[in-house]
Amino acid sequence: MAIVTRGFRGRRDASAERLPPGQYQTRDFPVLSAGPTPRIALDEWRFTITDEPGSPVRSWTWSQLLELPVEQPVVDIHCVTKWSKFGTRWEGVSLDTLFASVETSAGYALVHSYGGYTTNLPLADLLGGKAWIVYRYDGGDLSPEHGGPARLLVPHLYFWKSAKWVNGITLRREDQPGFWESLGYNNHGDPWREQRYTGD
Amino acid sequence: MAGRLRWQTGRVVAIREETPSSKTILFDVPGWPGHLAGQHVDLRLTAEDGYSAERSYSIAGPVDGERVELTVQRVPNGEVSTYLVDDLRVGDELELRGPIGGWFVWRVEELLPVLLVAGGSGVVPLMAMVRERARTGGVAPFTFVYSARSAAEVYYADELAGRARDDDGLTVSLVYTRSAPAGSHRPAGRIGQSDPDDLGWKPGAEGRVYVCGPTGFVEAVVGMMLDRGHDPSTIRTERFGPTGG
Repeated sequence: MAIVTRGFRGRRDASAERLPPGQYQTRDFPVLSAGPTPRIALDEWRFTITDEPGSPVRSWTWSQLLELPVEQPVVDIHCVTKWSKFGTRWEGVSLDTLFASVETSAGYALVHSYGGYTTNLPLADLLGGKAWIVYRYDGGDLSPEHGGPARLLVPHLYFWKSAKWVNGITLRREDQPGFWESLGYNNHGDPWREQRYTGD
Repeated sequence: MAGRLRWQTGRVVAIREETPSSKTILFDVPGWPGHLAGQHVDLRLTAEDGYSAERSYSIAGPVDGERVELTVQRVPNGEVSTYLVDDLRVGDELELRGPIGGWFVWRVEELLPVLLVAGGSGVVPLMAMVRERARTGGVAPFTFVYSARSAAEVYYADELAGRARDDDGLTVSLVYTRSAPAGSHRPAGRIGQSDPDDLGWKPGAEGRVYVCGPTGFVEAVVGMMLDRGHDPSTIRTERFGPTGG
């Protein structure tokens, strides 16, 4: 039973049913990252899917990525630091498209980024219309501080899973914790179950 | 796998005005497990009808038994920060969960020089590192560059001046962006705007850099450091925006 804080009334949000527990709505787009924003040249940009033995299965250059079918997800996003943002508009490529020609029996994915960031997910959380590599936000190119040139978008999980500056996925038979998942944050990160921290 | 972080009751034991728009709040939290300098805590405030709101705040002080010290900046129209700064009184209770975050932290075992760069209320977790170094007798040299709009908006001003005076291993440099008081070592302006040596930290220097502040501040400071050839792997950042608060 929560204790009542004397004199606190709070502000009810009219769209509270769209908010997972413990979240509040913001209309800004806050930036969070653990280190410098990496500087990435588009002519050197690659996105690579690697199978567990370490051999690249598929790799795309920037121009090859742009040639793939474009989707325009409009989604609510939820950051573990408590803010949620409704109706964010993105453009990019479905992970289903990227994985269409990849045969694997792996159950897990470790996502890698320029700058060294990693995050882990069950492969099932990336497939079935649930995840994209996005390169445009709200009608413009995705800015570097928001993860440009391209980031992962997995809106049904807390936003740290939507790795900025993404450059590859390693398929794994066994789950391996990523960066924040090794530093006290939840391994799965479902906002509707408030899986913020280890053990939630 | 560690156990779940549980909600604990915190009782306010002291409140101190830091600046006209910020207060330092000291909580007594029975059973608090301790924390590292730089970590943060989640607060949960619950209204009489059961409505609750959660926010994260950086811890301002080093580990101190069951005491947890926060400094909260009032965010205009902020649902939680306006209550904490304007309405909270000694004796009030709310819930805390933590400590949280294992990256933007400093430990006394780390002996390399440290550069701390704070923008505005981003000073809070960096002050926890300065205080932790003093508490533990840490030998790592600290350079602390703190950017604030004016002298009136500097947190912990007297304490910082005292620590810098009494400790040869700590250099504190205040950078005023809007108005500099008489006798300042530099005119008002952003870090690096007129003097690339504002940070007093050379590319190739061994050590670790912690930058904390609003996104624009962090991007500008870190961008300047990368332009000058600093190794990105030595730089840790924490950003916040005045969003909802």
